[in-house]
Amino acid sequence: MPDLIAKPALGLPPLTHAGTTLAEAALPQITAIAPFPGQSAAVGTALGLTFPAPNCVTEAGEARLVWAGRDLAFLLGKAAPEGLPAAVTDQSDGWVALTLSGPQAVQVLARLVPLDLRDMPRGQAARTALNHLPLVLIAEGEGAFTLLTFRSMARTAWHEIGEAMEKLAARAALTP
Amino acid sequence: MRLTCPLCGPRDRREFYYSGAAVALDRPGAEAPPEAWDDHLHNRDNPAGVTQDLWYHEQGCCSWLKVTRNTVTHEILAVETVGGDSTAGGVA
Ligand SMILES: [Zn+2]
Repeated sequence: MPDLIAKPALGLPPLTHAGTTLAEAALPQITAIAPFPGQSAAVGTALGLTFPAPNCVTEAGEARLVWAGRDLAFLLGKAAPEGLPAAVTDQSDGWVALTLSGPQAVQVLARLVPLDLRDMPRGQAARTALNHLPLVLIAEGEGAFTLLTFRSMARTAWHEIGEAMEKLAARAALTP
Repeated sequence: MRLTCPLCGPRDRREFYYSGAAVALDRPGAEAPPEAWDDHLHNRDNPAGVTQDLWYHEQGCCSWLKVTRNTVTHEILAVETVGGDSTAGGVA
């Protein structure tokens, strides 16, 4: 097995406008877990987590199971054990994680995501779109979000969010 | 326009891909005459009123949905998942 060099998708320093910060987050491991019919509860038990209901995240310590579609969840922060009654796909390196936090995070995302994110509590997630990009949005609570999109689209996502942050800050600066 | 996905909740139209009449769900039997297949493949109604079509929740849960809507009032009457209920969500 060759020794591969791990690189971040972007390697950019965090971007801050009006107290709101966009940053790349480490995403060492992401595994898609699609339980075989009727096996959701068994998968949850084997992982020590409840298999999430639609639009939800369950967590235990570092491990999180994020609902990602019909009969599908993404496991973060932990490796999937062998022999789960599910179709298991290692998607590490296929995704990028960004975090957006601060007082304007909801307003920034309102320009890009077709959902009302005000008061979205921790424990909620949504499979939706960031402009034209596929997005798994995870609410971290108190106006902070983790955004997962395809790694190949990392620079586009960064550009779109950065531009929305800049325009919001510019508009705020106009109002006395 | 919004569709209320049975799994994801109310979502903007941009998340969905329109596929056409829900007649695709009613496949003729193996012994059906050629006329039935001709109808199934090529002939579509164009109703002023209630119609059913298939939408794909492409930027969401990736479910195929059967939508019942009114072409005159633009009312969405029902949105159902195709191919049975989801087994996920803590329910074994
Ligand atoms: Zn959906």
